[in-house]
Amino acid sequence: MADWFRHAWRVARKDLLVEFRSRTAILSAAVFVVLVLVVFNFGRDPTAVAAVDLAPSILWVTFTFAAILALNRAFQLELENQALDGLLLAPISRGSIYLGKLIANLIFVATIEAIGVPLFALFFNVRVLPVAAPLAGVIALATVGFVTVGTLFSAMTVRTRFAELLLPVLLLPFMIPPLIWAVLATARLLANRPLSEIEGWLKMLAAYDILFVVLAFLLFPATVNE
Amino acid sequence: MLLAEGLRHSFGSVRALDDVSFTVHPGQTLAVFGPNGAGKTTLLKVLAGLIQPQRGRAHVEGGRRAVGWIGHQPQLYGQLTVRENLAFWASLYDVQPPADILARLGLEEHADRPVRALSRGLVQRVAIARALVHDPRVLLLDEPFTGLDRMAAEAFSRLLAQQAAQGRATVLVTHNVEEGTELATDVAFMRAGRFVHLAPRAGRGANEIAAAYRNAIGGGGG
Repeated sequence: MADWFRHAWRVARKDLLVEFRSRTAILSAAVFVVLVLVVFNFGRDPTAVAAVDLAPSILWVTFTFAAILALNRAFQLELENQALDGLLLAPISRGSIYLGKLIANLIFVATIEAIGVPLFALFFNVRVLPVAAPLAGVIALATVGFVTVGTLFSAMTVRTRFAELLLPVLLLPFMIPPLIWAVLATARLLANRPLSEIEGWLKMLAAYDILFVVLAFLLFPATVNE
Repeated sequence: MLLAEGLRHSFGSVRALDDVSFTVHPGQTLAVFGPNGAGKTTLLKVLAGLIQPQRGRAHVEGGRRAVGWIGHQPQLYGQLTVRENLAFWASLYDVQPPADILARLGLEEHADRPVRALSRGLVQRVAIARALVHDPRVLLLDEPFTGLDRMAAEAFSRLLAQQAAQGRATVLVTHNVEEGTELATDVAFMRAGRFVHLAPRAGRGANEIAAAYRNAIGGGGG
Protein backbone atom coordinates (compact mmCIF):
# COMPACT_ATOMS: atom_id res chain seq x y z
CA MET A 1 0.00 0.00 0.00
CA ALA A 2 2.87 2.35 0.85
CA ASP A 3 4.41 1.58 -2.57
CA TRP A 4 1.11 2.40 -4.15
CA PHE A 5 0.90 5.90 -2.65
CA ARG A 6 4.61 6.53 -3.15
CA HIS A 7 4.38 5.77 -6.88
CA ALA A 8 1.13 7.73 -7.18
CA TRP A 9 2.75 10.77 -5.61
CA ARG A 10 5.72 10.49 -8.00
CA VAL A 11 3.37 10.48 -10.99
CA ALA A 12 1.41 13.44 -9.54
CA ARG A 13 4.54 15.42 -8.73
CA LYS A 14 5.84 14.88 -12.28
CA ASP A 15 2.52 16.08 -13.77
CA LEU A 16 2.56 19.18 -11.58
CA LEU A 17 6.18 19.91 -12.47
CA VAL A 18 5.40 19.59 -16.19
CA GLU A 19 2.45 21.95 -15.74
CA PHE A 20 4.52 24.36 -13.65
CA ARG A 21 7.09 24.50 -16.46
CA SER A 22 4.63 25.01 -19.29
CA ARG A 23 1.82 26.80 -17.41
CA THR A 24 -0.38 26.38 -20.47
CA ALA A 25 -3.37 24.66 -18.89
CA ILE A 26 -3.36 26.60 -15.62
CA LEU A 27 -3.11 29.94 -17.44
CA SER A 28 -5.86 29.14 -19.92
CA ALA A 29 -8.13 27.84 -17.14
CA ALA A 30 -7.44 30.88 -14.94
CA VAL A 31 -8.08 33.30 -17.81
CA PHE A 32 -11.27 31.39 -18.60
CA VAL A 33 -12.48 31.70 -14.97
CA VAL A 34 -11.79 35.43 -14.87
CA LEU A 35 -13.44 36.01 -18.24
CA VAL A 36 -16.60 34.08 -17.39
CA LEU A 37 -17.02 35.82 -14.04
CA VAL A 38 -16.42 39.25 -15.58
CA VAL A 39 -18.83 38.61 -18.46
CA PHE A 40 -21.57 37.29 -16.17
CA ASN A 41 -21.02 40.15 -13.75
CA PHE A 42 -21.50 42.82 -16.38
CA GLY A 43 -24.06 40.90 -18.37
CA ARG A 44 -26.62 40.38 -15.61
CA ASP A 45 -29.34 42.83 -14.60
CA PRO A 46 -29.09 43.23 -10.80
CA THR A 47 -32.61 44.64 -10.60
CA ALA A 48 -34.13 41.55 -12.23
CA VAL A 49 -32.42 38.73 -10.34
CA ALA A 50 -30.60 39.03 -7.01
CA ALA A 51 -26.91 38.19 -7.22
CA VAL A 52 -27.21 35.60 -4.50
CA ASP A 53 -29.80 33.67 -6.56
CA LEU A 54 -27.70 33.65 -9.71
CA ALA A 55 -24.24 33.33 -8.21
CA PRO A 56 -24.18 29.60 -7.27
CA SER A 57 -25.05 28.46 -10.81
CA ILE A 58 -22.47 30.77 -12.35
CA LEU A 59 -19.81 29.60 -9.89
CA TRP A 60 -20.34 25.96 -10.77
CA VAL A 61 -20.64 26.50 -14.52
CA THR A 62 -17.31 28.30 -14.34
CA PHE A 63 -15.62 25.56 -12.31
CA THR A 64 -17.04 22.82 -14.54
CA PHE A 65 -15.64 24.15 -17.78
CA ALA A 66 -12.34 25.22 -16.22
CA ALA A 67 -11.95 21.67 -14.88
CA ILE A 68 -12.64 20.18 -18.32
CA LEU A 69 -9.75 22.23 -19.71
CA ALA A 70 -7.50 20.61 -17.10
CA LEU A 71 -8.87 17.11 -17.52
CA ASN A 72 -8.35 17.22 -21.27
CA ARG A 73 -4.66 17.69 -20.65
CA ALA A 74 -4.27 15.02 -17.98
CA PHE A 75 -3.40 12.15 -20.31
CA GLN A 76 -2.57 14.24 -23.36
CA LEU A 77 0.89 14.91 -22.00
CA GLU A 78 1.47 11.15 -21.71
CA LEU A 79 0.80 10.70 -25.42
CA GLU A 80 3.48 13.18 -26.40
CA ASN A 81 6.50 10.94 -26.99
CA GLN A 82 4.46 7.86 -25.94
CA ALA A 83 5.35 8.29 -22.29
CA LEU A 84 2.17 6.39 -21.40
CA ASP A 85 3.78 3.15 -22.65
CA GLY A 86 6.72 3.84 -20.35
CA LEU A 87 4.38 4.29 -17.39
CA LEU A 88 2.56 1.06 -18.23
CA LEU A 89 5.85 -0.78 -18.62
CA ALA A 90 7.14 0.38 -15.23
CA PRO A 91 6.66 -2.07 -12.34
CA ILE A 92 3.94 0.02 -10.70
CA SER A 93 0.25 -0.76 -10.44
CA ARG A 94 -2.24 0.76 -12.86
CA GLY A 95 -4.07 2.01 -9.77
CA SER A 96 -1.14 4.12 -8.68
CA ILE A 97 -0.96 5.70 -12.15
CA TYR A 98 -4.65 6.59 -11.87
CA LEU A 99 -4.26 7.88 -8.31
CA GLY A 100 -1.29 10.01 -9.36
CA LYS A 101 -3.28 11.55 -12.19
CA LEU A 102 -6.23 12.11 -9.86
CA ILE A 103 -4.09 13.86 -7.24
CA ALA A 104 -2.48 16.12 -9.88
CA ASN A 105 -5.90 16.98 -11.36
CA LEU A 106 -7.36 17.71 -7.93
CA ILE A 107 -4.50 20.07 -7.08
CA PHE A 108 -4.86 21.71 -10.47
CA VAL A 109 -8.63 22.22 -10.18
CA ALA A 110 -8.32 23.32 -6.54
CA THR A 111 -5.86 26.01 -7.67
CA ILE A 112 -8.36 27.24 -10.25
CA GLU A 113 -11.10 27.24 -7.60
CA ALA A 114 -8.87 29.14 -5.17
CA ILE A 115 -8.48 31.83 -7.84
CA GLY A 116 -12.18 31.76 -8.73
CA VAL A 117 -13.84 32.00 -5.30
CA PRO A 118 -12.39 35.41 -4.25
CA LEU A 119 -13.18 36.83 -7.70
CA PHE A 120 -16.66 35.40 -7.45
CA ALA A 121 -17.16 37.04 -4.02
CA LEU A 122 -15.84 40.33 -5.39
CA PHE A 123 -17.86 40.46 -8.62
CA PHE A 124 -21.13 39.15 -7.20
CA ASN A 125 -20.86 40.88 -3.85
CA VAL A 126 -21.68 37.70 -1.92
CA ARG A 127 -20.35 37.08 1.57
CA VAL A 128 -18.32 33.89 1.43
CA LEU A 129 -16.15 34.43 4.52
CA PRO A 130 -18.85 33.63 7.12
CA VAL A 131 -19.55 30.34 5.30
CA ALA A 132 -15.99 29.67 4.16
CA ALA A 133 -15.59 26.29 5.90
CA PRO A 134 -18.85 24.66 4.77
CA LEU A 135 -18.46 26.20 1.30
CA ALA A 136 -14.96 24.71 1.08
CA GLY A 137 -16.49 21.37 2.09
CA VAL A 138 -19.12 21.53 -0.66
CA ILE A 139 -16.52 22.56 -3.26
CA ALA A 140 -14.13 19.81 -2.14
CA LEU A 141 -16.77 17.05 -2.22
CA ALA A 142 -18.15 18.09 -5.62
CA THR A 143 -14.67 18.55 -7.07
CA VAL A 144 -13.50 15.11 -5.95
CA GLY A 145 -16.60 13.62 -7.61
CA PHE A 146 -16.31 15.14 -11.05
CA VAL A 147 -12.51 15.07 -11.18
CA THR A 148 -12.59 11.34 -10.33
CA VAL A 149 -14.95 10.64 -13.23
CA GLY A 150 -13.18 13.14 -15.48
CA THR A 151 -9.76 11.57 -14.91
CA LEU A 152 -11.14 8.16 -15.87
CA PHE A 153 -12.84 9.50 -19.01
CA SER A 154 -9.72 11.44 -19.91
CA ALA A 155 -7.81 8.12 -19.99
CA MET A 156 -10.59 6.50 -22.02
CA THR A 157 -10.77 9.20 -24.66
CA VAL A 158 -7.16 10.24 -25.01
CA ARG A 159 -6.34 7.74 -27.77
CA THR A 160 -9.42 8.69 -29.79
CA ARG A 161 -9.33 11.13 -32.65
CA PHE A 162 -11.72 13.64 -31.11
CA ALA A 163 -10.59 13.40 -27.49
CA GLU A 164 -11.21 17.07 -26.68
CA LEU A 165 -14.76 16.85 -28.02
CA LEU A 166 -15.52 13.43 -26.61
CA LEU A 167 -14.46 14.14 -23.03
CA PRO A 168 -17.14 16.76 -22.27
CA VAL A 169 -19.77 14.76 -24.18
CA LEU A 170 -19.11 11.73 -21.96
CA LEU A 171 -18.38 13.60 -18.77
CA LEU A 172 -21.15 16.19 -18.58
CA PRO A 173 -24.01 13.71 -18.03
CA PHE A 174 -22.08 12.19 -15.12
CA MET A 175 -21.40 15.65 -13.70
CA ILE A 176 -25.07 16.62 -13.55
CA PRO A 177 -25.90 14.98 -10.17
CA PRO A 178 -22.96 16.39 -8.19
CA LEU A 179 -23.37 19.76 -9.89
CA ILE A 180 -27.06 20.00 -8.97
CA TRP A 181 -26.29 19.06 -5.36
CA ALA A 182 -23.37 21.48 -5.22
CA VAL A 183 -25.42 24.36 -6.69
CA LEU A 184 -28.29 23.74 -4.25
CA ALA A 185 -25.94 23.50 -1.27
CA THR A 186 -23.99 26.61 -2.33
CA ALA A 187 -27.24 28.57 -2.76
CA ARG A 188 -28.38 27.67 0.76
CA LEU A 189 -25.00 28.57 2.22
CA LEU A 190 -24.89 31.96 0.50
CA ALA A 191 -28.46 32.65 1.69
CA ASN A 192 -27.26 32.02 5.27
CA ARG A 193 -29.56 29.06 5.74
CA PRO A 194 -28.74 26.63 8.58
CA LEU A 195 -26.20 23.90 7.84
CA SER A 196 -28.79 21.22 8.54
CA GLU A 197 -30.45 22.20 5.23
CA ILE A 198 -27.41 21.10 3.19
CA GLU A 199 -26.61 17.97 5.17
CA GLY A 200 -28.51 15.71 2.76
CA TRP A 201 -26.68 17.09 -0.30
CA LEU A 202 -23.33 16.72 1.42
CA LYS A 203 -24.14 13.06 2.10
CA MET A 204 -25.19 12.58 -1.52
CA LEU A 205 -21.94 14.18 -2.71
CA ALA A 206 -19.92 11.96 -0.38
CA ALA A 207 -21.76 8.84 -1.57
CA TYR A 208 -21.17 9.84 -5.21
CA ASP A 209 -17.46 10.31 -4.48
CA ILE A 210 -17.09 6.91 -2.82
CA LEU A 211 -19.01 5.13 -5.57
CA PHE A 212 -17.07 6.69 -8.43
CA VAL A 213 -13.65 6.48 -6.76
CA VAL A 214 -14.19 2.71 -6.36
CA LEU A 215 -15.54 2.34 -9.92
CA ALA A 216 -12.73 4.40 -11.40
CA PHE A 217 -10.05 2.28 -9.71
CA LEU A 218 -11.72 -0.89 -10.97
CA LEU A 219 -12.19 0.37 -14.52
CA PHE A 220 -8.97 2.29 -15.09
CA PRO A 221 -6.76 -0.73 -15.96
CA ALA A 222 -9.19 -1.69 -18.74
CA THR A 223 -9.03 1.81 -20.24
CA VAL A 224 -5.25 1.79 -20.66
CA ASN A 225 -4.65 -1.87 -21.54
CA GLU A 226 -4.39 -2.65 -25.25
CA MET B 1 16.46 -14.95 -20.43
CA LEU B 2 13.75 -14.08 -22.96
CA LEU B 3 11.40 -16.71 -24.29
CA ALA B 4 8.49 -16.56 -26.74
CA GLU B 5 6.43 -19.70 -27.23
CA GLY B 6 3.70 -20.02 -29.86
CA LEU B 7 2.60 -16.40 -29.61
CA ARG B 8 -0.68 -15.65 -31.35
CA HIS B 9 -2.59 -12.39 -31.26
CA SER B 10 -5.19 -10.75 -33.47
CA PHE B 11 -6.75 -7.31 -33.64
CA GLY B 12 -10.23 -8.07 -34.96
CA SER B 13 -9.72 -9.98 -38.19
CA VAL B 14 -6.09 -8.88 -38.53
CA ARG B 15 -3.64 -11.50 -37.28
CA ALA B 16 -0.71 -9.58 -35.76
CA LEU B 17 1.17 -12.59 -34.36
CA ASP B 18 0.88 -16.09 -35.74
CA ASP B 19 2.74 -18.82 -33.89
CA VAL B 20 5.91 -16.88 -33.12
CA SER B 21 8.54 -18.72 -31.04
CA PHE B 22 12.16 -17.90 -30.22
CA THR B 23 14.64 -17.56 -27.37
CA VAL B 24 17.16 -14.80 -26.77
CA HIS B 25 20.03 -15.43 -24.36
CA PRO B 26 22.24 -12.88 -22.55
CA GLY B 27 24.55 -11.11 -25.00
CA GLN B 28 22.41 -12.14 -27.98
CA THR B 29 20.76 -9.56 -30.24
CA LEU B 30 17.85 -10.71 -32.37
CA ALA B 31 17.05 -8.31 -35.22
CA VAL B 32 13.52 -8.73 -36.55
CA PHE B 33 12.97 -7.22 -40.00
CA GLY B 34 9.60 -6.87 -41.60
CA PRO B 35 7.43 -4.48 -43.63
CA ASN B 36 5.00 -2.07 -41.96
CA GLY B 37 2.09 -3.95 -40.45
CA ALA B 38 4.01 -7.23 -40.12
CA GLY B 39 3.36 -7.34 -36.36
CA LYS B 40 6.79 -6.24 -35.13
CA THR B 41 5.63 -3.67 -32.58
CA THR B 42 2.91 -6.01 -31.35
CA LEU B 43 5.61 -8.65 -30.80
CA LEU B 44 7.65 -6.22 -28.68
CA LYS B 45 4.58 -5.14 -26.72
CA VAL B 46 3.75 -8.77 -25.98
CA LEU B 47 7.33 -9.39 -24.85
CA ALA B 48 7.16 -6.29 -22.64
CA GLY B 49 3.88 -7.40 -21.10
CA LEU B 50 1.95 -4.44 -22.52
CA ILE B 51 -0.28 -6.81 -24.51
CA GLN B 52 -1.51 -10.16 -23.22
CA PRO B 53 -1.25 -12.63 -26.14
CA GLN B 54 -4.39 -14.59 -26.97
CA ARG B 55 -2.30 -17.77 -27.20
CA GLY B 56 1.20 -18.78 -26.24
CA ARG B 57 3.40 -17.19 -23.65
CA ALA B 58 6.18 -14.67 -23.41
CA HIS B 59 8.57 -14.90 -20.52
CA VAL B 60 11.22 -12.38 -19.51
CA GLU B 61 13.40 -13.45 -16.63
CA GLY B 62 12.89 -10.80 -13.98
CA GLY B 63 9.52 -9.61 -15.32
CA ARG B 64 8.68 -6.01 -16.21
CA ARG B 65 11.45 -4.73 -13.96
CA ALA B 66 14.03 -6.42 -16.21
CA VAL B 67 12.82 -4.76 -19.44
CA GLY B 68 14.20 -1.59 -20.99
CA TRP B 69 12.36 -0.15 -23.99
CA ILE B 70 13.74 2.16 -26.66
CA GLY B 71 11.39 3.18 -29.42
CA HIS B 72 11.24 5.81 -32.14
CA GLN B 73 9.31 7.90 -29.59
CA PRO B 74 11.59 8.64 -26.64
CA GLN B 75 9.01 8.37 -23.81
CA LEU B 76 10.32 11.58 -22.27
CA TYR B 77 8.68 14.77 -21.03
CA GLY B 78 9.81 17.72 -23.14
CA GLN B 79 9.29 20.30 -20.41
CA LEU B 80 11.49 18.46 -17.91
CA THR B 81 15.26 18.51 -17.98
CA VAL B 82 17.32 15.44 -18.83
CA ARG B 83 18.17 14.98 -15.14
CA GLU B 84 14.53 15.35 -14.04
CA ASN B 85 13.36 12.85 -16.65
CA LEU B 86 15.90 10.25 -15.56
CA ALA B 87 15.11 10.83 -11.87
CA PHE B 88 11.39 10.38 -12.54
CA TRP B 89 11.74 7.15 -14.50
CA ALA B 90 14.24 5.76 -11.99
CA SER B 91 11.86 6.58 -9.14
CA LEU B 92 9.19 4.35 -10.69
CA TYR B 93 11.66 1.45 -10.36
CA ASP B 94 12.60 2.56 -6.81
CA VAL B 95 16.21 3.16 -7.81
CA GLN B 96 18.49 6.16 -8.22
CA PRO B 97 19.82 6.88 -11.71
CA PRO B 98 23.35 5.40 -11.93
CA ALA B 99 25.87 8.12 -11.08
CA ASP B 100 27.80 7.67 -14.33
CA ILE B 101 24.88 7.32 -16.73
CA LEU B 102 25.07 10.89 -18.03
CA ALA B 103 28.80 10.62 -18.58
CA ARG B 104 28.50 7.21 -20.28
CA LEU B 105 26.08 8.64 -22.83
CA GLY B 106 27.83 11.99 -23.24
CA LEU B 107 24.95 13.90 -21.71
CA GLU B 108 26.69 15.64 -18.79
CA GLU B 109 26.68 19.10 -20.34
CA HIS B 110 23.02 18.74 -21.34
CA ALA B 111 21.80 17.41 -17.97
CA ASP B 112 19.98 20.58 -16.96
CA ARG B 113 18.50 21.42 -20.35
CA PRO B 114 14.85 20.65 -21.07
CA VAL B 115 14.48 17.68 -23.40
CA ARG B 116 12.46 19.72 -25.93
CA ALA B 117 15.53 21.93 -26.48
CA LEU B 118 17.73 18.99 -27.56
CA SER B 119 18.44 17.70 -31.06
CA ARG B 120 16.87 14.41 -32.22
CA GLY B 121 20.17 12.58 -31.79
CA LEU B 122 20.59 13.85 -28.22
CA VAL B 123 16.98 13.02 -27.39
CA GLN B 124 17.58 9.46 -28.55
CA ARG B 125 20.62 9.29 -26.28
CA VAL B 126 18.46 10.43 -23.37
CA ALA B 127 15.97 7.74 -24.36
CA ILE B 128 18.74 5.16 -24.06
CA ALA B 129 19.67 6.57 -20.65
CA ARG B 130 16.00 6.35 -19.63
CA ALA B 131 15.80 2.75 -20.77
CA LEU B 132 18.99 1.84 -18.89
CA VAL B 133 18.26 3.77 -15.73
CA HIS B 134 17.14 0.65 -13.86
CA ASP B 135 19.85 -1.58 -15.35
CA PRO B 136 17.52 -3.86 -17.35
CA ARG B 137 18.68 -7.30 -18.47
CA VAL B 138 16.54 -7.23 -21.61
CA LEU B 139 16.39 -4.41 -24.17
CA LEU B 140 13.47 -4.08 -26.58
CA LEU B 141 14.13 -1.70 -29.47
CA ASP B 142 11.26 -0.55 -31.69
CA GLU B 143 12.50 1.20 -34.86
CA PRO B 144 15.06 3.06 -32.76
CA PHE B 145 16.78 4.64 -35.78
CA THR B 146 13.71 6.49 -37.08
CA GLY B 147 14.41 10.17 -37.58
CA LEU B 148 18.14 9.93 -36.91
CA ASP B 149 20.64 11.22 -39.48
CA ARG B 150 23.48 8.94 -40.56
CA MET B 151 25.99 10.24 -37.98
CA ALA B 152 23.51 10.01 -35.13
CA ALA B 153 22.43 6.53 -36.26
CA GLU B 154 26.04 5.33 -36.28
CA ALA B 155 26.68 6.76 -32.81
CA PHE B 156 23.46 5.16 -31.63
CA SER B 157 24.52 1.78 -33.09
CA ARG B 158 27.82 1.97 -31.22
CA LEU B 159 25.99 2.66 -27.95
CA LEU B 160 23.68 -0.28 -28.53
CA ALA B 161 26.63 -2.54 -29.34
CA GLN B 162 28.20 -1.56 -25.99
CA GLN B 163 24.99 -2.52 -24.20
CA ALA B 164 24.85 -5.90 -25.92
CA ALA B 165 28.50 -6.48 -25.03
CA GLN B 166 27.55 -6.04 -21.37
CA GLY B 167 25.46 -9.20 -21.57
CA ARG B 168 22.01 -7.80 -22.21
CA ALA B 169 19.58 -9.76 -24.32
CA THR B 170 18.25 -7.51 -27.06
CA VAL B 171 15.37 -7.70 -29.53
CA LEU B 172 15.42 -5.03 -32.24
CA VAL B 173 12.60 -4.61 -34.74
CA THR B 174 12.82 -2.44 -37.82
CA HIS B 175 11.54 -2.27 -41.38
CA ASN B 176 14.94 -1.17 -42.68
CA VAL B 177 17.41 -4.02 -43.23
CA GLU B 178 20.36 -1.63 -43.38
CA GLU B 179 19.69 -0.57 -39.81
CA GLY B 180 20.83 -2.76 -37.01
CA THR B 181 22.22 -5.61 -39.12
CA GLU B 182 25.70 -5.09 -37.71
CA LEU B 183 24.32 -5.32 -34.17
CA ALA B 184 22.51 -8.61 -34.72
CA THR B 185 23.72 -12.02 -33.66
CA ASP B 186 20.49 -13.53 -35.02
CA VAL B 187 18.13 -12.41 -37.74
CA ALA B 188 14.41 -12.98 -38.27
CA PHE B 189 12.13 -11.85 -41.09
CA MET B 190 8.50 -11.27 -40.24
CA ARG B 191 5.53 -11.16 -42.58
CA ALA B 192 1.83 -11.05 -41.66
CA GLY B 193 2.55 -11.97 -38.05
CA ARG B 194 4.80 -14.98 -38.83
CA PHE B 195 8.54 -15.53 -38.69
CA VAL B 196 9.36 -16.65 -42.23
CA HIS B 197 13.07 -16.83 -41.45
CA LEU B 198 14.99 -17.18 -38.18
CA ALA B 199 18.70 -17.95 -38.19
CA PRO B 200 22.02 -16.81 -36.76
CA ARG B 201 23.49 -13.92 -38.75
CA ALA B 202 26.68 -16.00 -39.14
CA GLY B 203 28.82 -13.15 -40.43
CA ARG B 204 26.40 -12.11 -43.18
CA GLY B 205 26.60 -8.42 -44.09
CA ALA B 206 23.77 -5.99 -44.75
CA ASN B 207 23.73 -6.77 -48.49
CA GLU B 208 23.38 -10.51 -47.97
CA ILE B 209 20.72 -10.00 -45.32
CA ALA B 210 18.88 -7.62 -47.65
CA ALA B 211 18.96 -10.19 -50.46
CA ALA B 212 17.69 -12.93 -48.16
CA TYR B 213 15.00 -10.54 -46.91
CA ARG B 214 13.79 -9.76 -50.42
CA ASN B 215 13.64 -13.47 -51.17
CA ALA B 216 11.73 -14.29 -48.01
CA ILE B 217 9.33 -11.33 -47.97
CA GLY B 218 8.88 -10.96 -51.70
CA GLY B 219 10.72 -7.83 -52.88
CA GLY B 220 10.24 -4.27 -51.70
CA GLY B 221 11.33 -3.64 -48.14
CA GLY B 222 14.83 -2.67 -47.13
